[in-house]
Amino acid sequence: MNTVKFKALALSAVTSAAALLGSAANAVEIEYWQYFFDARVTAMEQLIENFEAANPDITVKMTHFPYADYRTKVAAAIPAGEGPDVVQLFYGWLNDYVEAELIQPLPADEFSPEVIDAEFFPMVQAMKDGDQYWALPTAVRSLALFYNKRLLEEAGVEPPTNMDEMIAAAAAMTKRDGAGNLTQVGMTAGMTAQDHHWWREGLIRQMGGEPYTNDYTTVNYNTDAGLKALEFYTSMFTGDDAVTSIGFMDEPQAAFKAGRAGMHIDGSFRIGSLNKQRGLEWGVTELPATADGTRSNYSSYWVNAITTKADGEKYDAAVKFMQYVTSDEAMQIWLDVVGELPAKPSVGLTEANANDETFGPFIKGLAYANTTKFANESAQRQLMVEMVERITLEGMSPADSLAMAAEAEQKILDEYYAK
Amino acid sequence: MTLYRNLTIKQKQIVWAYAFLAIPILFYGIIRFYPTGNAILISFQDWNLLGDRTWTGLENYKKLFADPDFWKVFQNTFVYLLLGTPISLVISFFIAYHLDKTRFMHGFLRMLYFLPFMTSAVAMAWVWRWFYQPVPIGLFNNFLSTFGIPQINFLNSTTNALPSILAPAIWAGLGFQIIIFMAGLRAIPQSYYEAARIDGVSTWTVLWEITLPLLKPTIVFIVVFSSIGFLRIFDHVFNMTTNNPGGPLNSTKPLVLMIYETAFTSFDMGYAAAQTVVLFLVLLVVSLLQLRILRDK
Repeated sequence: MNTVKFKALALSAVTSAAALLGSAANAVEIEYWQYFFDARVTAMEQLIENFEAANPDITVKMTHFPYADYRTKVAAAIPAGEGPDVVQLFYGWLNDYVEAELIQPLPADEFSPEVIDAEFFPMVQAMKDGDQYWALPTAVRSLALFYNKRLLEEAGVEPPTNMDEMIAAAAAMTKRDGAGNLTQVGMTAGMTAQDHHWWREGLIRQMGGEPYTNDYTTVNYNTDAGLKALEFYTSMFTGDDAVTSIGFMDEPQAAFKAGRAGMHIDGSFRIGSLNKQRGLEWGVTELPATADGTRSNYSSYWVNAITTKADGEKYDAAVKFMQYVTSDEAMQIWLDVVGELPAKPSVGLTEANANDETFGPFIKGLAYANTTKFANESAQRQLMVEMVERITLEGMSPADSLAMAAEAEQKILDEYYAK
Repeated sequence: MTLYRNLTIKQKQIVWAYAFLAIPILFYGIIRFYPTGNAILISFQDWNLLGDRTWTGLENYKKLFADPDFWKVFQNTFVYLLLGTPISLVISFFIAYHLDKTRFMHGFLRMLYFLPFMTSAVAMAWVWRWFYQPVPIGLFNNFLSTFGIPQINFLNSTTNALPSILAPAIWAGLGFQIIIFMAGLRAIPQSYYEAARIDGVSTWTVLWEITLPLLKPTIVFIVVFSSIGFLRIFDHVFNMTTNNPGGPLNSTKPLVLMIYETAFTSFDMGYAAAQTVVLFLVLLVVSLLQLRILRDK
């Protein structure tokens, strides 16, 4: 290539690049960050597409990366003026994000606290500080009891509605080999999965207790109710009549997916991956009630918030985007794609959704659900794991183990709230 | 420029040498020493990654030495070291010694021993994790139950879990050590062995009086290298116990995993940095001790 031609080519490249930049300057581009979870990314792509169609002058760029890096990257990017204008965060992280000045409150004109109080499920009020909301969810999650239809049928039992029925059904589906080793469990168990939520907000409350007091700053489960809840839980995998074992097939959800577990407690976010499992016929029902009909459930949610980085026209665009992702339409899309439940009763509790074979039990569960305010969720879960391990591996009495767990968890809470 | 022109040739050479050295020095300074210094600084601070750093003095270290979990983890780390290093040393020497004498399929056998070293530790840890499961999916326990032998709790046990995790870690590092040992064996001059043969000494004496003493530099290298490896063990433990990292009941948790958890699940960077400084000091002391003990007199 001779020099003249090269110069001409370079010139044309520069002018066309300038033209591209010129046209892009008319539109506002905002960035949205979330962690990578297949269904959530797909759902957000749909939402962005709809949003951009309705607002042609705004483009939204979504960035996602593995959960393990999420917090580190957000923390590094926003103070440096990079990163997202709208960010997704777990409800339990709100305090940290507010204190670190990573997010700004939602404008009260567009997000009137009175309207939100009235329209959203009450647990969302944890996102309110004084008279302003910091963040809002698109969807919420709750727990329910998954069951394997084939195993239930084979054992001749019905999906259980209360705990006694559940244990009886589990016993009917448990299989052992000649040496007494479990080859199929009636029920999965393991605090590493969702069981620690079931125990905290489900079982303890159903036994008449309250797991925490003073707005989740004081541990309150070292009580009779807590002990009863723990003894019920451990009875499933201890003794000769055990209907399950901890670590059976490595992970509870793996055992259920493989069709080797009759029942499994998990969140609505599991629906997607169970649907992909070939040959598994599963159903879902509400968490079992006590004999007198008491029910309790756990709910959690991810929220979206506007970061402190967004200002000027980007801020206006971010507000519009927030309004869209918390709209009724967005909630229905999220439910259909991700399987997470709408954060507003008006959308979630529609006739069609509440009677839906799959979503119904979760949506009904929301009505009696509580949301734990964690200081450090993984550390607090680990205490529950160890509470059970002391009983199963070291032969400690449930009462002693419970007391140790309560003391250790109180220490975590004290350290966190002392700051 | 006049300044440069006035230098002697010797001085100019020095200037050029430093100009070239500047690149690795800068690299080490920015990539290695600056973060190391920063970590030591953070260990005296309180920082959750999001907010400001606040000075807390020796608070993190006080908390560390009063933490029973830390001492348990500290002990585990040394169990990994004290079991892992001698076992892997003896096995790898045994294999290298005999492989060195083998002519039949020598290259193929050497490749087989080296293969695990090239395999991803994560993939290997997961395969072994499944080997160790109870029936119906665990390979070892299925094998046992076929013969009517009671199940062994490999990972779900406070006593068996650590050796169960250590075994694949030793196996994975074996290939490397064997290669180093074989290189060391080849480097011993044949004339010593010929002299020994003429004198008619036993094989045992040859091993004890010629091979092992002349292998000393190799042994020192492998001991130091594998000790550092076992003191820093992480990927095998983390992957074999992901749902309950370092469990059950912290019985398998090494120091590096504790640092990782403190930093990236509890976001207590100051406390994690203090643990890192302790690990650094332990590595330093252990390496210096070994170099001193195994040094040529």
